[in-house]
Amino acid sequence: MWQTETKIVADTLKKVAEAKGSQDTGWIMHHVLDSRQLDLTPFGVVNLPQIHLFGIDISITKHVVFMWIAFILLVVTLRYVAKSYRKSLVPKGITNLTEVLIVFVRDEIVKPTIGKGSERFIPYLLTVFFFILTCNFLGLIPYGSTATSNIAVTATLATISFVVIQIGGMMKNGAVGYFKGLIPHGIPAWLLPIMFIVEILGLFTKPFALAIRLFANMTAGHVVILALLGLIFILHTYFVVPVSISFALFIFLLEILVALIQAYIFTMLSSLFIGMAVHQEH
Amino acid sequence: MKLVFSLMLFIFSEGGEKAGSPLDVNPGVILWTVVTFVALLLVLKKIAWKPILNSLSERENFIKESLEKADKAQKEAEKMIADNKIGLIKAEEEAQKIIDQSREYAEKLKSQILDESKVQAKKLIADAATEIERKNNEAFNKLKDQVADIAVQSAEKILRENLDKDKQIKLVNKYLEDLKN
Repeated sequence: MWQTETKIVADTLKKVAEAKGSQDTGWIMHHVLDSRQLDLTPFGVVNLPQIHLFGIDISITKHVVFMWIAFILLVVTLRYVAKSYRKSLVPKGITNLTEVLIVFVRDEIVKPTIGKGSERFIPYLLTVFFFILTCNFLGLIPYGSTATSNIAVTATLATISFVVIQIGGMMKNGAVGYFKGLIPHGIPAWLLPIMFIVEILGLFTKPFALAIRLFANMTAGHVVILALLGLIFILHTYFVVPVSISFALFIFLLEILVALIQAYIFTMLSSLFIGMAVHQEH
Repeated sequence: MKLVFSLMLFIFSEGGEKAGSPLDVNPGVILWTVVTFVALLLVLKKIAWKPILNSLSERENFIKESLEKADKAQKEAEKMIADNKIGLIKAEEEAQKIIDQSREYAEKLKSQILDESKVQAKKLIADAATEIERKNNEAFNKLKDQVADIAVQSAEKILRENLDKDKQIKLVNKYLEDLKN
């Protein structure tokens, strides 16, 4: 009995290995996953430095490089925008575009969701919005890579949001008042322990959802595009090319929309949670 | 059992360490994300958000003030227009009054002048009439004197010549003819 089962296992493993040899799906993952090198084929491959500190691997990876590119892009652009206001208060060109986004975040996202005392959180939420937006778009350019399709990145961003939410709530209501305010009024006393656990869990599920949503959306689009293009190589025929290209183009356009929407949603929900933490009476 | 095994193996072999999975979490990436994001937040807060948001609110205030100013200016202009209208009406009334007054004055002047000239004309006519009368009388008196002289002369001639009846008649007729001329 046991022997037959081990034989089955061995067979399956062999089959899997064979399948891997003939039709590998690794190339999709190669594009989506993080790596220790920048693949600039046909111009060559750039190996990124590997750093180890206190036994932790803190090597620079592709996604880190693209986060830094986003960093530089944002700093350069926004510095230019900030300076252009000194010349004239009338926006023009890139200033106009940036201003639309800034005013959108300020007036459509932060003010309605946080309301009073929203000024303190505007810089953080603007940074989140622009950072995620830039990272999302960087994944759509050739040789680009989506840092926001790395769950470590989205989880970290969500954790920072979590910290901002908690600290925002505690600064407004006091640490004790904040945790007291988590429990809705008018709850029977015997329900309190359960409610407390539920509410504490709720605190953690919110950023968890933020992280998973951003990660899944940014990964899925790329996988779909790559899978559609991969049809050409899997089916070994040119007849599928028009279908693949047009579908991939459609998904690509959708990705542009998704890149905007995900940046909006992440900012919007962060702002909403901050608003809920700050004004607990609702 | 077979199915479960193969399924499990398939799943695990795909998600092997070598192939890598999207769900793998790299602690280095976490660290770099924190560093990058916090640095970005601090840098942007200093160089971008503060100046940009300040400029935006400055501009918003500027626009608000400008609108208020424009509103005020418009109200003032409207008031001025209303004032002007009242002034215009007053001026028109004044002008009408002046015109009326001058018309009245002219009328009065006209009638006065007319009366005066009428009187003068009457006087002139009267003067002329008296003058004519006087001249008439003068002429008449002269004529009377002449007629008297002629009568005396003709009487003298008649007396000087010897007169028969026919001759007398002829003479009288002749003198009468002379007189006519």
